[in-house]
Amino acid sequence: MTLKVLAIDDSRTMRDLLQVSLTESGFDITLAEDGIDGLDKLEAAQPDVVITDINMPRLDGFGVIEAVRAKADYRATPILVLTTESSPAMKARARDAGATGWIVKPFDDVALASAIRRVSAV
Amino acid sequence: MSKTDELRATFFQESEDLLEQLTDGLDEMSGGEADSETVNSVFRAVHSIKGGAGAFALDAVVRFAHRFENVLDALRSGELAVNGQVLDVLMRSSDHLTVLLEQARDGVPDDGDPAGEPLLAELMALTGAEADEGPSEAEVNFQPMTLDLGDFGASAPAEMQFRVDFQPQDDLFKSGNEPVFLLRELCALGEAQVDCNTSALPEFDALDTEASYLSWKVELRTEASETAVREVFEFVDGLCVLGIEEVGGDSAGGGLPDLPDLPSADTPPSSEPAAADDAATKAAAPAPVPGPAASSAATPAGPPQKVEPPAKSQPPQPVASTIRVDLHRIDRMINLVGELVINQAMLTQAVKRDGIAQGSDIDVGLEELRTLTRQIQDSVMAIRAQPVKALFQRMSRIAREAGADTGKTLRMVTEGAATEIDKTVIEKLADPLTHMIRNAVDHGLENAEDRLASGKSAEGTIRLSAAHLSGRVVIEITDDGAGINRDRVRSIAEKKGLIPPDAQLTANDIDNLIFQPGFSTASQLTALSGRGVGMDVVKRSIQSLGGRVSIASEPGKGSTFSIVLPLTLAVLDGMVIEVGGQTVVVPISAIIETMRVPTEQVFQLGTQNAVVRIRGSYVPIVDVGAVMGYRPAVDPTGDHVILLVETADGVRAALLIDVIHDQRQVVIKGLEDNYGQVPGVAAATILGDGRIALILDPSAIVGHNGAGGAAVLTTPLAAE
Repeated sequence: MTLKVLAIDDSRTMRDLLQVSLTESGFDITLAEDGIDGLDKLEAAQPDVVITDINMPRLDGFGVIEAVRAKADYRATPILVLTTESSPAMKARARDAGATGWIVKPFDDVALASAIRRVSAV
Repeated sequence: MSKTDELRATFFQESEDLLEQLTDGLDEMSGGEADSETVNSVFRAVHSIKGGAGAFALDAVVRFAHRFENVLDALRSGELAVNGQVLDVLMRSSDHLTVLLEQARDGVPDDGDPAGEPLLAELMALTGAEADEGPSEAEVNFQPMTLDLGDFGASAPAEMQFRVDFQPQDDLFKSGNEPVFLLRELCALGEAQVDCNTSALPEFDALDTEASYLSWKVELRTEASETAVREVFEFVDGLCVLGIEEVGGDSAGGGLPDLPDLPSADTPPSSEPAAADDAATKAAAPAPVPGPAASSAATPAGPPQKVEPPAKSQPPQPVASTIRVDLHRIDRMINLVGELVINQAMLTQAVKRDGIAQGSDIDVGLEELRTLTRQIQDSVMAIRAQPVKALFQRMSRIAREAGADTGKTLRMVTEGAATEIDKTVIEKLADPLTHMIRNAVDHGLENAEDRLASGKSAEGTIRLSAAHLSGRVVIEITDDGAGINRDRVRSIAEKKGLIPPDAQLTANDIDNLIFQPGFSTASQLTALSGRGVGMDVVKRSIQSLGGRVSIASEPGKGSTFSIVLPLTLAVLDGMVIEVGGQTVVVPISAIIETMRVPTEQVFQLGTQNAVVRIRGSYVPIVDVGAVMGYRPAVDPTGDHVILLVETADGVRAALLIDVIHDQRQVVIKGLEDNYGQVPGVAAATILGDGRIALILDPSAIVGHNGAGGAAVLTTPLAAE
């Protein structure tokens, strides 16, 4: 079964990077441009894993996590946060918001795949 | 283009957009109209640039963007208040970031960005950042999170044995983590023996599906380091009781980890011996999996309805929806539309020739086709059109840099940044405009003392404006400096032999001397504006775009350079005329009026030249047929027509032609690519009947200084 990933990032570059990397790793990827767009696409994408950026217009990553967790069907869906910081404070904040794990930017294919493997049935 | 190159290209494209977003935001902030969302968007722009730059290892960009971002973050959180000094640093930082990105894009080797050091210090001073908070190597390089096998302390590839005790807490599931995946990852590191302890599992009736009852003990034999083993549990650190212990290369049987919460591994399995004995990870699926199945079966808690995303503090802003299209596709379409225009014209002509009655279905249909064609053409042209905003922002930056380099304080004012021009034109305008802006700062504006002495404010103003004016685009660069020093210009021109010492020149003539090739040389250009290019090069590049550049200067008040450009490079409204048996096209934009030759108003000057008196002023008559070499010069008082034209230099002339046929839009087909430059000819076009007609360049025919006659064109077309 192909694992479905919903990746939310407002940066075109980052979306492209995620798309290339995840597609090569054999994931079925849906891209969204900001938090609102991500939530709009959630039902159709039915993702096994959600990857979201934090700083985004309209609705930020914390808002995404909160909204996804509020949905009965997705309250245990793994959510990975994209972050440029790897500080403990940042991790704690992501954790408190309900994130499952984090991916530190810039990521390489190995790191990305490893993070996904640790939270999902690849 | 490789995948990486494509990604890189995307990054630089996106960066341009982000820089624009950044500049816009800073402008709004300096205008005092910024709200919290403005600061947020500025922050996000820099943040995204940093993120992208990290992916391509553009360390200088990352380093600078990181500091920049910290200051913006402080602004965002209200720790730092916006004031003039802060904005100044931010603007210069934005400029510097632009430069860094340009350098990275152009492949300039990263020299550690020494130029950015002072600015970095200023940025750090704003946030009160101390050295210890400075970007450590790890922070700068953003160590990618990989399964790092390099624990140098351990003998590298030797096999190690670890005992891992893992007891998830309830919160682990709430975060969306799942022990089975972690155990699988752990097992992937080597050879593992996994024991699941189910002793804490209650009776089924008492089972809380959200709670954690199981714990695992793993004996792992692996070549991976302890770091790698710990990394598996990175996401659940703090959400479980975890013990990782190196037990050496010998077999299991060492001391148990001292974990009070964990039931002793020796405790005999209680209620379900079968499950406890099952060492396979797969069978050890934890009970509390709040997945879709579990939640529907056992948890009636959550309402199954769609939950609206919570309203965040930021109001939703309209997002411009755009797509990126390869320029070649648009150009191809423009070409096709051009063909369509020609084809439609040919059809019209054929219909006319065959005597189809006016008002017939065919005639009406054809008329509709013409309207549609025109609309398609306009729409396609609009695709290529872009606002000059990005170009103007770049020029503002150049003006600021030039001001800093020359020590002149100046204000840059831009107007009409929303004016749209063809993309190609915008791209080609960048270089000449850069040069003109630098000139305006360097040569145009006086230094502060001189300004104050002449009763002006110490701060100079450079105004850059764009506007649509009767089918053309006018771009003006105005400075409020000293104006052109005509005595000096004249003496330089004399010294260089550009004009004879006794030449009778008007003020405007003198001003225009600066456009002469050979006028500017290194000796009178400072390092700033002098990049080996003179105004003649500027003039030529504007002309190659079908435009004209002119100057108006007033001593003591300043100078204005005006650039007049066609809206598009692809079509032109032209008047189809006939002269010497040839059908040619004259751009409408140049024509002021047309008339029969007023015979009694024509005066002969010498043997060659004639003038015609039109509304009280005398205008030289230019015999187009003779200038182009179609036929020998004719008596202007014969049966001819006059086109009164005005060139962009403001010079008027009466073009003598034979017949006016039509006025229509023609598709411009360049001659230079396939043939070569022909004096007096701007381009060619294809007429409705399929014939090729040349498009005249009135300015070249008339000559820039109003000298009429055949002398203008040294190479008549007939000689080609």
